[in-house]
Amino acid sequence: MKFTTMFKTASALAVVAALTGGAYADDHVHPETGEKLAADQTFTYRLLDGLPTLDPQLNEDVSGSDVIRDLFEGLLNQDAEGNLIPGVAESWEASEGNTVYTFKLRDNAKWSNGDPVTAGDFVYAWRRAADPETASPYAWYMELMSLENGKEVIAGEKDPSELGVEAVDDHTLRVKLTSALPYFPSMVTHATTFPTHQATIEEHGDAWTRPENMVSNGAYVLTEWVLNERTTRERNEMYWNNDATILDKVVTLVINDDNVALTRWRAGELDKTEVPAGQYPALKEEFPDQAHSFPRLCNYYYTFNLSDSGPEAFKDVRVRKALSYAVDRKVITDQVLQGGQFQAYTFTPAATAGFEVPDVDFAGMTQAERDEKAKELLAEAGYGPDNPLEFDMLYNTSEGHKRIAVAISQMWKQKLGVEATLGNMEWKTFLETRGNQDFELARGAWCGDYNEASTFLDLLTTPSGYNDGKYSNEEVDQLMADAKTAENPQENYTRVEQILAEEMPVIPVYHYTGVMMLKDNVKGWPFENVEQNWYSRDLYKVAE
Amino acid sequence: MFSFIVRRVGYAIPTLLILIIASFLLMYAAPGGPFTTERALPPEVLKNIQARYGLDDPLPVQIWNYIWNVVTNFDFGPSFKYRDKSVNDIIAQGFPVTLTYGFWSFVFAVIVGLSLGIVAAIRHNTAVDYTAVGISISAQVLPNFVMAPILVLIFTLGLFRLTNGQYYLPGGGWNGGQIEYIIMPVIALSTSYMANIARLARSSMLEVLNSNFIRTAKAKGLSEREVIFKHALKPALMPVISYLGPAFVGMATGSVVVDLYFSTGGMGQYFVNSAFNRDYSVMMGITILIGVLTITFNALVDIIYAWLDPRIRLS
Repeated sequence: MKFTTMFKTASALAVVAALTGGAYADDHVHPETGEKLAADQTFTYRLLDGLPTLDPQLNEDVSGSDVIRDLFEGLLNQDAEGNLIPGVAESWEASEGNTVYTFKLRDNAKWSNGDPVTAGDFVYAWRRAADPETASPYAWYMELMSLENGKEVIAGEKDPSELGVEAVDDHTLRVKLTSALPYFPSMVTHATTFPTHQATIEEHGDAWTRPENMVSNGAYVLTEWVLNERTTRERNEMYWNNDATILDKVVTLVINDDNVALTRWRAGELDKTEVPAGQYPALKEEFPDQAHSFPRLCNYYYTFNLSDSGPEAFKDVRVRKALSYAVDRKVITDQVLQGGQFQAYTFTPAATAGFEVPDVDFAGMTQAERDEKAKELLAEAGYGPDNPLEFDMLYNTSEGHKRIAVAISQMWKQKLGVEATLGNMEWKTFLETRGNQDFELARGAWCGDYNEASTFLDLLTTPSGYNDGKYSNEEVDQLMADAKTAENPQENYTRVEQILAEEMPVIPVYHYTGVMMLKDNVKGWPFENVEQNWYSRDLYKVAE
Repeated sequence: MFSFIVRRVGYAIPTLLILIIASFLLMYAAPGGPFTTERALPPEVLKNIQARYGLDDPLPVQIWNYIWNVVTNFDFGPSFKYRDKSVNDIIAQGFPVTLTYGFWSFVFAVIVGLSLGIVAAIRHNTAVDYTAVGISISAQVLPNFVMAPILVLIFTLGLFRLTNGQYYLPGGGWNGGQIEYIIMPVIALSTSYMANIARLARSSMLEVLNSNFIRTAKAKGLSEREVIFKHALKPALMPVISYLGPAFVGMATGSVVVDLYFSTGGMGQYFVNSAFNRDYSVMMGITILIGVLTITFNALVDIIYAWLDPRIRLS
């Protein structure tokens, strides 16, 4: 691959925007759409929970990532559709069969204190993420990126300086991988890979993320952080593309309860909040232009315990298939959830980039056919009125999960005479119990770390840390290992999904949608970006 | 007096030690840990994290290190959940918030509660009495998680057309403690305390008003005002005072419901959240803080008691 040149246009546009910046700021009109802009460009949104950290290398939280993406800028960003666009890197090149990547960094990127952003800042940050001293829970992301010596550095067997990333010069970053990842560039939009300012971290230690200490290179700087109450970030005058930024100020307010948040959205204290479970249809009717539903990269499923501690019945594929077939997913999405969710017959959501939903047999049947087949399979397996199938069904305590569990267990009871006993546990206890295979059937859900099918299908490989059902199939493991370096991994994913439909180690139930309330004067929200990687500098408020 | 304080401190130290050790053991007995995540962390990553927080030491060593750090450095350790913050940071930020709205709740509860109780007792079995009792019982039976949404409906959303949007109060937040952010938390937190104070004050005032020395005072020809303020009030306050110590600690350390409903960023929320998050250090820090406050205020109440009632001797 040659140095990508497609971004010259983008850079040119940025220059034009920069030159014309002063003009539109005065008459308050959006430079591209010509919409009249509101005088007050403050965007306020709700967070479910306080941010655990604002350190890019330590963060493992989705809403933390949203803030960090504003404060820091990585090598590449995403546009409104989720396509890769230049960040600090203007272009990149892959060589040696996708095992070496070279990024060319722009020379006008600056830290908020005026220092230039250099390749060395990325090297520092990546080594820091892997360094055992940092003790980052997301250190494994460096392994996931297949960085040379990643695993050894994390295990403390090699010095962080041996990690496969180097600064050739101030504006050239070279990365060495142990396996050829075609989708590697998409992984550097993740917060773990964002640069951090070495001098600041060394001076302030753990306190470097406080507003008065933090030095960052994104479109915004942190000006206020009251734990579990609010954060404020404001325009970074040093940001290389600051003239194109329209929103001046972004505020997050922590509100733990969905309904309280909705109340405050109604009162006009918030521009954006989530829709409480089950209220989407009513809110859509009341606020047709402000209630939004859009696909997310998340799945929801129940996993069978296939390990030795699991029930004997689940080792019979006919039982697993019968239970999966008898779940009327349409009832779950349309009657229980009512937020435009998608019925799931595959593990991977259809919204995943480059993923074509393969034909799996049970997806093509009508529910009546599936029910018929389920009865047949269960009878074949030797369960019936005289010998009813009984098992425990576990989920973590939540009204939403309970409603789904009740619905599913009732379907099984009515159609198959199966007795599923519901049980719920507080989150950490649930994780511990499921992780120790101390369950029979348990709820699971996953949101993709990146927009590629392997982020889901890897979970069902033998070594995965999330495979709590202990499903193990050599062919799946091999297909997924090969997919990492395949030019066209879709064939592998199709085959894996077909195997999953044949062996049914999990019962896919639905794929998520995001449902939110957004004030209609806020424009530029990237609904099309399934990862929901949004950047405040792409948003703007129009005059009412 | 001096020996009283020395003795109190002497009791407090073993009490706190038992509190720390018992909390530590209970905490570790709960399944899961601070770093139990949805996707199990790779062993090498988990090892690094545990080493960083000293979680790989044997339990007695961890307890010893913890107590040692608290005693020698006043260091309650780093939070396991909020990676950029120490427990000291979290308390330093959350405690002033709860202390502020807790203090005003206390003032409000005491003034309104005492007035209601005393007026009800003086005008015993009249419409005034029934109204005061009615108010305090309503306040008692309306828990704060019902009170909070009602306040928001009225003052934030202007429902029932009561306020017509003229008296708009923000539905939550703290914003540095501006007055409009404090009003609703104070009302929501103080009502049940206010009710308790009113009932205590009313019944003890009634008892005092029926006692012999009050009859004597009245027989001497003192005015009602003099009887109440000079003779009846002080003894009538005794039961209320003993309630005020724990009530103040309860209000000053905040409420889970008020903190979560009004998103104040105060300390009350950490009682519950730190347990759910298995944030061991924050849980310990808050337990110790509340322990110390409770012991201190109980001692304070004893001192005030002795001052009010000469029959009680501190020694």
